[in-house]
Amino acid sequence: MDKERQRSAPIYEALERFRKKRVVPFDVPGHKRGRGNPELVGLLGDRCMGIDVNSMKPLDNLCHPVSVIREAEELAADAFGAKASFLMVGGTTSSVQAMVLSACRQGDKIILPRNVHKSVINALVLCGAVPVYVNPEMDVRLGISLGMKVSQVEKAILENPDAVAVLVNNPTYYGICSDLKSIVRIAHEHGLYVLADEAHGTHFYFGEGLPVSAMAAGCDMAAVSMHKSGGSLTQSSFLLVNNDVNTDYVRQIINLTQTTSASYLLLASLDISRRNLALRGKEMFSRVCELAEYARGEINSIGGYYAYGKDMINGESVYDFDVTKLTVFTRDLGLAGIEVYDILRDEYDIQIELGDICNILAYLSIGDRKQDIERLVGALADIERTYKKDKTGMLAAEYISPKVTVPPQKAFYAEKISLPVRETEGKICCEFVMCYPPGIPILAPGEIITKEIIEYILYAKEKGCSMQGTEDLLVERLNVMDL
Amino acid sequence: MEIWFSEMHTPNVKISIRIDQQLFSGESELQRLDVYESPEFGRFITSDGSIIFSQKDEFIYNEMVVHVPMAVHPNVKTVLVIGGGDGGVARELEHYDSVTRIDVVEPDELFVNVCKQYFPDMACGLDDPRVNVYYQDGLRFLRSVQNEYDLIINDATDPFGFTEGLFTREFYGNCYKALKDDGIMVYQHGSPFYDEDELASRAMHRKTVKVFPVSRVYQAHIPTCPSGYWIFGFASKKYHPLNDLNAARWEKRKIKTWYYTPHLHKGAFMLPAYVEEMLIEEEQESNPLGKK
Repeated sequence: MDKERQRSAPIYEALERFRKKRVVPFDVPGHKRGRGNPELVGLLGDRCMGIDVNSMKPLDNLCHPVSVIREAEELAADAFGAKASFLMVGGTTSSVQAMVLSACRQGDKIILPRNVHKSVINALVLCGAVPVYVNPEMDVRLGISLGMKVSQVEKAILENPDAVAVLVNNPTYYGICSDLKSIVRIAHEHGLYVLADEAHGTHFYFGEGLPVSAMAAGCDMAAVSMHKSGGSLTQSSFLLVNNDVNTDYVRQIINLTQTTSASYLLLASLDISRRNLALRGKEMFSRVCELAEYARGEINSIGGYYAYGKDMINGESVYDFDVTKLTVFTRDLGLAGIEVYDILRDEYDIQIELGDICNILAYLSIGDRKQDIERLVGALADIERTYKKDKTGMLAAEYISPKVTVPPQKAFYAEKISLPVRETEGKICCEFVMCYPPGIPILAPGEIITKEIIEYILYAKEKGCSMQGTEDLLVERLNVMDL
Repeated sequence: MEIWFSEMHTPNVKISIRIDQQLFSGESELQRLDVYESPEFGRFITSDGSIIFSQKDEFIYNEMVVHVPMAVHPNVKTVLVIGGGDGGVARELEHYDSVTRIDVVEPDELFVNVCKQYFPDMACGLDDPRVNVYYQDGLRFLRSVQNEYDLIINDATDPFGFTEGLFTREFYGNCYKALKDDGIMVYQHGSPFYDEDELASRAMHRKTVKVFPVSRVYQAHIPTCPSGYWIFGFASKKYHPLNDLNAARWEKRKIKTWYYTPHLHKGAFMLPAYVEEMLIEEEQESNPLGKK
């Protein structure tokens, strides 16, 4: 990384130059620097509205960048150690989809763990690729899926010589990393691309003592959620490209679904955040790690909770652990994670990232302060004192091995009927069912619905998980294939 | 020449105090502190631009947070003061011989040093051998403490600044745990007059009524507070602030005060209708079925 070059932020600088020129707008957007929408100016302020502008020569065009956006993409590639990068404005969902669509065509096989984000399987619905799932090991006590073992990936590759790519979570939502370097080595030996979903791994590129990043491990593409740990605006993201991937083809794929009116607020936020991390990321993330380790120690000393960390590492299914993820096991208190999540928000005014059946996850990042950590720990201590109850009868999440009978695209577009959830046992599902967050499907199109899955869905609903994905917004009925 | 210090009490209201000179300005990890000399209020200290106290009106505040609970609880031995690095609360507590230990938990060492230098009449309160000063976050200190104190005084005044954590359910819950079975907690309830302040004040009451069986509110006039009107919370596991007030016992101690009297004590709990209504609304909100 060229630190001197990283000091510039070409999109931001172009916007500043443009603002000072006081150009009279006879183009879109129609609010014309906010004058047509004073209430929105009241909410967002003059500065935001003033740079909410359209693509034009001085500001370049995201669909076909030749000047400042191109420079910003080159700088980002340099900062992340990639061959090329793309600024993305459709969330990391768009990065993940572009990555999968670039690597796979209809009927191609892709090897992946089942605990992927729904955007990955969505991409399979779009392009007609066929998933080959590597069953991740479960931690039975914590009820979370772990990483992929190298031996399992190798087995899947040997069993599916026609597979074209491997997709890896780096890390999972819960902070767990697979042995990425070894997976890359084996996959490349067999001529497969390796794609990394780094929605939760932006900081790996800048911090010290963190798990290896996808580019450093030699992956071919990576989807990086700059707006999560990187500090840019929500919905902004990077797609990184490496090795012999055809960058121009990837851009064509991106342009299939990307807006032609990319927001300059999002683009500038990516530019400035990249600069910030390139120049100061090391110190900032070392402070995040410090805060997380402090919180972990304090939470573990309350009693009843288990905030896990590097002690999870086992060399295989947990090859490395991202210490910035403050994940806490709550079931020993007789409380489901989602219950603690709700109590924290409703009673203590604390919003955390997710609560599942057994755990909560507090997301720590470059904006956290010590006093807020004290609040979180103080609230958990108070919950332990006042809400603790008997834990008998609580469901442990278990890995329900998916039975894929039909490719996702075929199932999604098949003739279907709608049935009450309880009556769907043995049928093939045509849609997704997931708790959000984390957005990891319980069921995906093409999978057989089992009794355990039905029980899990009903239990998660009863505990207050927010369920999504089905055509029926109440998740009382499921679409299944009409055979 | 005129130099004025101004503090915004709302986006549309500000208080301005004419100053002679600025005596100190410095920044810690937590806040920016400034000390000014003024003709009307004497010396005053500000945190991030908000007045913490002035020489002219600090007595009101310090007397009201100490003597009200001390005139109710029959035998206070151990006291925890959260915040309180200025020493004013400790100074008032030292009038009581029954008190054997005063733990002051102040997160900001700079604040203590500045007070020692510019407000020695208050900071002398920290010199008493019964006082122990802990430079720590209040919430953190409380987490490990159980059944330890007869009285906890939350001396932090700003629900929007770095002391925000001391106006939360987790704070009140941890205080409950740290108090003995007949313990009392006195805390800042803010100023209920302006809209934004009123919301914060409501939230505090909603949180304490969930935690403590007795939760009452009392008032004082403090000129440098927003709207000049300030309320305090009296939360307790056992004692009622009026039914258990022992005026004769307090008067026997012959403590010289400038604001507090047992007579005023009773009056302080007689609230304006709009404040009383606000509190009742919050009590119903947190207990819609009216369960005792």
